[in-house]
Amino acid sequence: MAIAISPRAAVAERAPAARYMKPPRRWADRAFRWLTLAMALAVIGLIILVGWQLAVGSHLAVSRFGFRFLTSSTWDPVSEQFGALPFIYGTAVSSLIALIIAVPLSIATAIYLTELAPLWIRQPLVSLIEMLAAIPSVILGLWGIFVMIPWLRAHAFPWLKSALGWTPFFNGPIYGVSMLAGGIIIAVMILPIITSVAREILRSVPNLQREAAYALGATRWEVTRIAVLSYAKNGLFGAVILGLGRALGETMAVTMVIGNTPQIKASLFAPGYTLASVIANEFTEATTDIYLQALFEIGLVLFGITILANLIAQLLLKTMKNAMTTRAVQ
Amino acid sequence: MRIGTLLIGLLGLSALGLAADASAHMTINGAGATFPYPIYSKWFDEYAKVDPSVRFNYQSIGSGGGQKQILAQTVDFGASDGPMSDDNLSKAPGKLIHIPTVAGAVVISYNLPGNPSLKLDGETIAGIYLGNIKKWNDAKITALNSGTTLPDQDIVVVHRSDGSGTSFIFTDYLSKVSADWKSKVGSNTSVSWPTGIGGKGNEGVSGQVKQTEGAIGYVELIYAIQNKMPYAELKNADGNFVKPTLESVTAAMSTAQIPDDFRFSMTNATGAQSYPIAGATWLLVYEQQKDAAKGKKLVEFLKWALSKGEDMAKQLDYAPLPDELRDRVLKRVDEIKL
Repeated sequence: MAIAISPRAAVAERAPAARYMKPPRRWADRAFRWLTLAMALAVIGLIILVGWQLAVGSHLAVSRFGFRFLTSSTWDPVSEQFGALPFIYGTAVSSLIALIIAVPLSIATAIYLTELAPLWIRQPLVSLIEMLAAIPSVILGLWGIFVMIPWLRAHAFPWLKSALGWTPFFNGPIYGVSMLAGGIIIAVMILPIITSVAREILRSVPNLQREAAYALGATRWEVTRIAVLSYAKNGLFGAVILGLGRALGETMAVTMVIGNTPQIKASLFAPGYTLASVIANEFTEATTDIYLQALFEIGLVLFGITILANLIAQLLLKTMKNAMTTRAVQ
Repeated sequence: MRIGTLLIGLLGLSALGLAADASAHMTINGAGATFPYPIYSKWFDEYAKVDPSVRFNYQSIGSGGGQKQILAQTVDFGASDGPMSDDNLSKAPGKLIHIPTVAGAVVISYNLPGNPSLKLDGETIAGIYLGNIKKWNDAKITALNSGTTLPDQDIVVVHRSDGSGTSFIFTDYLSKVSADWKSKVGSNTSVSWPTGIGGKGNEGVSGQVKQTEGAIGYVELIYAIQNKMPYAELKNADGNFVKPTLESVTAAMSTAQIPDDFRFSMTNATGAQSYPIAGATWLLVYEQQKDAAKGKKLVEFLKWALSKGEDMAKQLDYAPLPDELRDRVLKRVDEIKL
């Protein structure tokens, strides 16, 4: 027993220099790990808590209106009949319009910034785009009311009507405030986030990819298309989904230009309404219980749609990846 | 590490600041209506000079929020642009008193070529907002405006999209003058509008009206005055056409039937000079105050506001209470138990 040397004694017996080489501090490592785990769990906990709160806050409305809430178009606080369909429709359509406008624009911008732009112009452009993201929503809304809407009403919409008036989408009276105006303002708001994420994705494409394509005699367009874009496809899809997430929840600016009329019309010139807008509009002055509960349920529906959109995106991404690996194997 | 120290330092400083603040003043908290916010903040500001020992903290979170907070007793007083419903009052842990403070008018603004002066009556406005009257040269409108040529133009109806006391007063008026409106739409801070587009806030409605030829919308009188918008003369219950002014609003309040709990509606009031679309705003306080010291200060403030404060109201384009009503309210304030 007496011969056994404790580890500490062993260290002490070594050369003096070794004394400074302390054993790795395991506890710090472990603490760091637990800390980050706690943070990650906190995020998940927060999501669950939000969902739970929304469910608790709306249980009366859920049990009173049931499934009808999702299929009814009546929203009448006086007779206390509530249905969310026009709002769901408005949220879906305005977000879709926003994506149709913003995705090509922002991905093209990102390609220009990473592949084509001269170096000296890149940083100023990037800063400008990031500044767009910093404009407060309500300021964009005011700009929408006083600048964008008059312009749309006087120039863009009449032109669209004369060119595409034969379709049901660009028909009917032009007020200016409309589903289309709402979609355009959302597009402006999600443009910076899609652009900056897409730019990071494209920058992460290894230069070897590009060099290999050039070596094969590819033109710049071919390099971008084959070596860069197809390589970055999944990441770009992720950028679009991030944009969609923001589009679904955009509130203030949209409320100011969409016309706030709960109706389902094919024409994009007709005013619409979104889930987020009705909450922002009516929550502060809602005095009866069932009315408040119905607004909470609107929140729950929006929460559900956002999660659903993300799940579908994950699924799509997975099938895309699978398709790619099978192709690679072949 | 340095940032951490800095943060802790800042926290400590702000904690010190808060502590100092709390020891120097008593803070009375209130929350609610947005419409009277400018005059209330003016009152609180001026009152700090009258009684430096008390500070008022008012959050304009909306009437719904104001009612909720005073019911939950998280604030010392609430504020609302509409009187509380019996249903909500029954949820209160004690007796709640409504204290009318000032009144405002809702005006009908429009955008027509040359902006001629326009006369309207309740039935016509209801017809327009129900979507039955679609053109500016409709017989109902031209009959009220002989001498003015009105264009053969579609009426673009604009209403508030956010829940608001303004919408409540407007729909309350329409429910009184039109049976059709009452049965189909009714009155509330938000309703299911039969037609038209919704603008957020006074600025949303006025923006839409100003930009769209043929538009009609309703906004607060203060807002219309400050933005130099044209507004219509309305036919009142006595059959006179009256322009909305502070005087015609106070006139309406002096003829309105006001019960002892001060929960009243003053739309479509009788009297030759009364403007028909107007409403008061209320402070909500408990008759039995929980904290005697705070209650005393609150009562002192209310008395000051109802006497001295009413003069300031006019400067900010709010209509003050008529003298008779003010005396009744002051008497009720005296009955608050500490």
